[in-house]
Amino acid sequence: MAGVRALGVYRGVLKELRNLQGSEYTHSMAYTHLREQFRSNQVTGERYCRAKKEALHTCQVYLCLLESTRLHMNLHQLYHGRGERGPEEVAQLVGLRMPTQPGGKGWEE
Amino acid sequence: MLPGLCRFHGLVSRALVPLAGRQVELKLLGCSANVQRARYATPATERKKFYRDVTISQGEGGLYEINLDRRKLKTPGGKLFTVPNEALAIAVATEWDAQKDTLKFYTMHLTTLCNTALDNPTQRDKDQIISAALKFLETDTVCYRVEEPPGLVELQKNEWDPVLEWIEKRYNVVIGSSYSIMGPQIPEETKDTFRQHLKSYNVWSLIGLEYVISQLKSVVLSLGLIDRHLTVEQAVLLSRLEEEYQIQHWGNVEWAHDYDMYELRARTAAGTLFVYLSSESATVKKKILQD
Repeated sequence: MAGVRALGVYRGVLKELRNLQGSEYTHSMAYTHLREQFRSNQVTGERYCRAKKEALHTCQVYLCLLESTRLHMNLHQLYHGRGERGPEEVAQLVGLRMPTQPGGKGWEE
Repeated sequence: MLPGLCRFHGLVSRALVPLAGRQVELKLLGCSANVQRARYATPATERKKFYRDVTISQGEGGLYEINLDRRKLKTPGGKLFTVPNEALAIAVATEWDAQKDTLKFYTMHLTTLCNTALDNPTQRDKDQIISAALKFLETDTVCYRVEEPPGLVELQKNEWDPVLEWIEKRYNVVIGSSYSIMGPQIPEETKDTFRQHLKSYNVWSLIGLEYVISQLKSVVLSLGLIDRHLTVEQAVLLSRLEEEYQIQHWGNVEWAHDYDMYELRARTAAGTLFVYLSSESATVKKKILQD
């Protein structure tokens, strides 16, 4: 049963890494390190391996980190990303235009 | 603690090394004098991504450094950015690598934590950090119970009581919950037990732990996370229990509730990961198979 959950977590982190780094995520350090960790923690002589569960929990926390940063960024872009409108746009919203002065004002560039 | 972190978020943009970056900065500062041409989309906290590759290298003393293209990363305080173990260095490098076009420092939680640990801007030693962390115990979220509505009382009993029982059993302490506004009375022995336990962690782990506690507003939940009794999602849910109850009653507002929840999850996960990676040490013992 722990094996099934481990697979889910592993695939989750790989998906997040692929999302971040594109198709060459297999060359990244994070991918190599992750694979090493999972491989090395697989084989053990103990029946109840605390290190395996600890490594799995750490990986789950990392998955949560990657996933929630991504979702947070998405929500930010969606709802809070636009910023304020410039004065030109605001004027156009109500059908007015910005005043212009030929030669510019004295303190403008 | 948090104001210190926020201040350093801003300082990061000024203390990063490259010269080209400085020129961009000066231009931005120059045109802020001109009110008419105020720039709305590029505040001083957004910098362009000025590097292509992120790699790590091992420097002196076995400490790992991050290289952005050819330049070494530095902390806002000007020190060289060094990390004691490889896994944390890789995670930080992945954070920097994940930036596209502009650098969003508010998503780089692990980097912020490392900067705080390296610079120690408020100049605290281990005991001060432990006292600051344990101060949250008197106002721990899990100990404050309401008397109505009955649904929430029930929920608090079912969700928070098991965690309290677990921590009381594990650390052999008395915490208890309270219905009054003054909160629970925490006996001195409880605080001493926790102080003893926390002394066994190193400074980096303590900084991470204090960060998690200040995010979750609960010492009990943070210790549950550190001891791997809870997952991050569970801990965040328990911390926001009343909010979740109200959401179920009144409905969910995506741009506020989900936004806050994901941000809290990201920060808590970063803090927890920071504690795990700073406090663990792995050794591999190979058994020789006898044929």
